[in-house]
Amino acid sequence: MKLMDCPIHGKRPISEFLYGGEIRESPDPDTCTDGAWADYVFSRNSVPGIKREWWCHVPSTTWFVAERDTGAGDVLKTYLYGSPAS
Amino acid sequence: MPWRLLRYAMNPAHPDGRMFSRPEKLRNRYDVVIIGGGGHGLAAAYYLAREHGIRNVCVLEKGYIGGGNTGRNTTIIRSNYITPEGVRFYDESVRLWQDLSEDFDLNLFYATRGHYTLAHSDSAMRTMRLRAEINKHYGIASEVVDREILRRELPMMDLSGGGHAPVLGALYHAPGAIARHDAVAWGYARGADRRGVEIHQQTEVLGLAVRSGKIHAVQTSRGTIETDSVLCAVAGATPRILAMLGLTSPVCVHPLQAMVSEPVKPWLDPIVVSGSLHVYVSQSARGELVLGASLDPYELHSTRSTLDFAEGLSAHILDLFPFLSQIRIVRQWAGMADMTPDFSPIMGKTPIGGFYLDAGWGTWGFKATPVAGKTMAHTIATGREHPLAAGFSLERFRNFALTGEKGAAAVGH
Ligand SMILES: Cc1cc2nc3c(=O)[nH]c(=O)nc-3n(C[C@H](O)[C@H](O)[C@H](O)COP(=O)(O)OP(=O)(O)OC[C@H]3O[C@@H](n4cnc5c(N)ncnc54)[C@H](O)[C@@H]3O)c2cc1C
Repeated sequence: MKLMDCPIHGKRPISEFLYGGEIRESPDPDTCTDGAWADYVFSRNSVPGIKREWWCHVPSTTWFVAERDTGAGDVLKTYLYGSPAS
Repeated sequence: MPWRLLRYAMNPAHPDGRMFSRPEKLRNRYDVVIIGGGGHGLAAAYYLAREHGIRNVCVLEKGYIGGGNTGRNTTIIRSNYITPEGVRFYDESVRLWQDLSEDFDLNLFYATRGHYTLAHSDSAMRTMRLRAEINKHYGIASEVVDREILRRELPMMDLSGGGHAPVLGALYHAPGAIARHDAVAWGYARGADRRGVEIHQQTEVLGLAVRSGKIHAVQTSRGTIETDSVLCAVAGATPRILAMLGLTSPVCVHPLQAMVSEPVKPWLDPIVVSGSLHVYVSQSARGELVLGASLDPYELHSTRSTLDFAEGLSAHILDLFPFLSQIRIVRQWAGMADMTPDFSPIMGKTPIGGFYLDAGWGTWGFKATPVAGKTMAHTIATGREHPLAAGFSLERFRNFALTGEKGAAAVGH
C-alpha cells in the first residue's frame, strides 16, 4: 500500500488523503480580465513534472503541501503551508 | 483441428497477410498530419480519405496502434447521456457502430447487451428519471425500471447491495453494447491504409512549429514534416502536445484502472453499473468479467496498477454479486484518462490556425470513436465545426458555457 507522510501524523495509507490540486496563484477577480479569470478557473498545467500540491489528511482535516513528481508518482517532500521547509 | 492450427502457426507465409502496410519513409510533406494512432486518430484518417477524398495523410503513433486507451478501455457503448449535445452526439455514434463491421469487413464482435445504471438513493432515482426523459425526447430507448424488473432480469444480483447500498431501481438503456476494442483500431487502420493514408508506428512527435499563427511543421523522432493541418488525438498526452505550442487547456490527466476475471460460463448478459458503489461489470464474449471503477483521485502520468484498486473494486462487486467470491482476477491495467471539468470532450479548432484538437475523452471516449472521427474529419476538410460537436469547443471554457455531463459520465465508462 502506498504511504504518504503527513507533516503532523507521519506515514499513513494514501487512501486517508485527499488530493487538492496544484497550488496556484489566484489573480485579483476585481481587476483581472474575464479571460484571465476563465484561465484561472479552468486551465490546468497537466504536463508531468514536479509540482507543489494541496493534500489533506482526511481523518484529521490537516491540509498541507506535497511536492510530487506527477510523472513517476513519487512524493518528494511534505510540509505545512508557510512552514520554514517551504 | 490442432494439427491444422499448428501447421498454420508454423507456416511462414500466412494466408491473411498484414492488416496494413508499413511505409518505409516519412515524406517531407502531408496535407494532414494526425498525432496519435488510437481509435480517434485512425477514424479521423479513415473518414478524411473515405468521405472527403483527402488521402495525403499520415498518422504518427509513438508506440503501436491501439496501444493507448483504445486498447485499454472496457468497451462500453451507450448514448444515455444527460445534455442534449451529448445525447445527440453519442446517439449518432451508436448509429455508426451498427454498420462498422460491414464497412471494415472485419468482425468487431459488436454485441447489444442492454445497460443498467443502478440507483441506490432517491436523488439518484431523480437523476435517472431526468436522464430517461431527456433521452426519450431525443428518440433514445431509455427508461426507469423498478426493483421487480431488476429481480426478474438480474436474479443473481443482491438487491440489498451487501446490506448497505439497497438498489431502488435503475435506468435501463436497451442499446447499451460492447465491442472488441483492438479490432476497432485495426479496422480503421486497414480502411485508411487501403485508401492511401500512411500509418507510421514508433514515430513520436517531439515538437510543433508555428509560423504567423499557423501550424507549419511537425518534428518527429524520424525527421521533420511540413503541413498546414495537424490533428492532435493523443488522449492522456494532450497537455504535453499543447505545451509544445504554449497552449493551455482544462485537461487534467488521471489514471483509470480496470481488471478482468478468469473466464466463466455466460451468466451476465447486460452491462451493470452502480454509481454509488463505483463499479461496473460486463461479461465478454470469452466469458471474462470485465470490471471497472472510477478514476484514481490524483493527477499521474503513469499506467501503473494498484492493489488498492483491485481490493476496493472486488469488495464493491461482491456487494452486488456475492456469489463471485471464488472467482479469480487474472489481469489488471490502467490508462491515462484526459479529464475535463464538465465531463465533455474538447473538439475542433484552437487559437493556432490549422491545429485541431480531439481530446478530453477521459473515461468515456471509446464509444465516440466513429462519430469523433467523422466530425473531426469534417472540420479539418471544410474548416467549419461540425454541428454535432458544437457544444464541445475549447472556446466554451472562455465563455463559461460548459456542457455538464457529470450526471451521466462520472463512473468511468
Ligand atoms: C480503463 C479504461 C476504461 C475505459 N472504459 C471505457 C468504456 O467502457 N467506454 C468508453 O466509451 N470509453 C472508455 N474509456 C475511454 C476510452 O478508452 C478513451 O477515451 C478512448 O479510447 C480515447 O481514444 P483515443 O484514440 O483518443 O486515444 P488513445 O487510444 O489513447 O490514442 C492516443 C495515442 O496517441 C499516442 N501518442 C501520445 N503521444 C504521442 C506523441 N507525442 N507522438 C505520437 N503519438 C503519441 C499514444 O501512444 C496513443 O496510442 C476507458 C478508458 C480506460 C483507460
